[in-house]
Amino acid sequence: MSATEGQQHPLGIYLWIWALLFVLSTLSYMVDYMNFQGYLRWTLILVFMFLKAGFIIAIFMHMAWERMALITAILLPPALLLFLIGLMALEGDYIFQIREFVYSVIEFTPISPHH
Amino acid sequence: MASDAAVTTADETRMGSVVNDWSADKQTFEVPWGKAMMWIFLLSDTFIFSSFLVGYMHVRIASTIPWPVPSEVFALSFGGDPIPLILIAIMTFILITSSGTMALAVNYGYRRNKKVTFWLMVATALLGASFVGMQAFEWTKLIVEEGVRPWSNPMGAPQFGSVFFMITGFHGMHVSAGVIYLLLIANRVRRGDYDKSGTYETVEIAGLYWHFVDLVWVFIFAFFYLW
Repeated sequence: MSATEGQQHPLGIYLWIWALLFVLSTLSYMVDYMNFQGYLRWTLILVFMFLKAGFIIAIFMHMAWERMALITAILLPPALLLFLIGLMALEGDYIFQIREFVYSVIEFTPISPHH
Repeated sequence: MASDAAVTTADETRMGSVVNDWSADKQTFEVPWGKAMMWIFLLSDTFIFSSFLVGYMHVRIASTIPWPVPSEVFALSFGGDPIPLILIAIMTFILITSSGTMALAVNYGYRRNKKVTFWLMVATALLGASFVGMQAFEWTKLIVEEGVRPWSNPMGAPQFGSVFFMITGFHGMHVSAGVIYLLLIANRVRRGDYDKSGTYETVEIAGLYWHFVDLVWVFIFAFFYLW
């Protein structure tokens, strides 16, 4: 039988991580409640998000104790999505800039359709 | 013979184990088949949700009409000033709690404690069901009171509605499916199927799915509600 059978750890670690996730969620919520803006807001949102995601994957989903082959096979492909995110952010910004330019030149302001 | 190649040697490094695993003729991942399959399914689901979130990012960046402010849209007032994002905060805590009960269920499953595992899984499912209920309340409020449609809304960029319904809808669907899945497995635990088969792996595999659902919410919460 593989080594994953009986892959149990003392209960305590799950309770600690659970508490930590509560704390991180509260901190995430505080970012909005305290009305931080700009780069501080976005940095904090991302930091807390990645910390929560990391702990859920590593501890709750047992990834920290899995074989490296499985870890890389599962985590490497989503990491490559960072390229997609970067490219789409660049393209989105380009579309925004060109819309602003064209709308100013042709004297048109898009308005939100209402019902 | 082929499986010999996958046996870890005493002085094997972590990267060395990758070489050994991939060199094996028969089996790459020395984990139970069901676990590997669930991870690969979750990988595919990650790509699906990522494509939705990246699409949302693009639409929001490119929009010249201001995007509605989520803390205002999703504020609730209980007679006084509206509290921003309060229901969303509660939903987040509920899902984190359900991940906690699930992790405990897996642990008790490996200890072969049928009773506690069953009740922890039921608790997880109930928390998940309440999450979906709250999401349904949110949808109703937005559609009926705020007039949000997939093609327009009174608050700002017209794409807000379609992004919101698509992403939370897919997530809510995954939570609902997870609730049913958990209850099915919980019943099998209670019936003693896994004492008979000799392993409680299935509980861990169900747990992987449930943690994934929580994980997706962590990203949705950060990118859609907080940003």
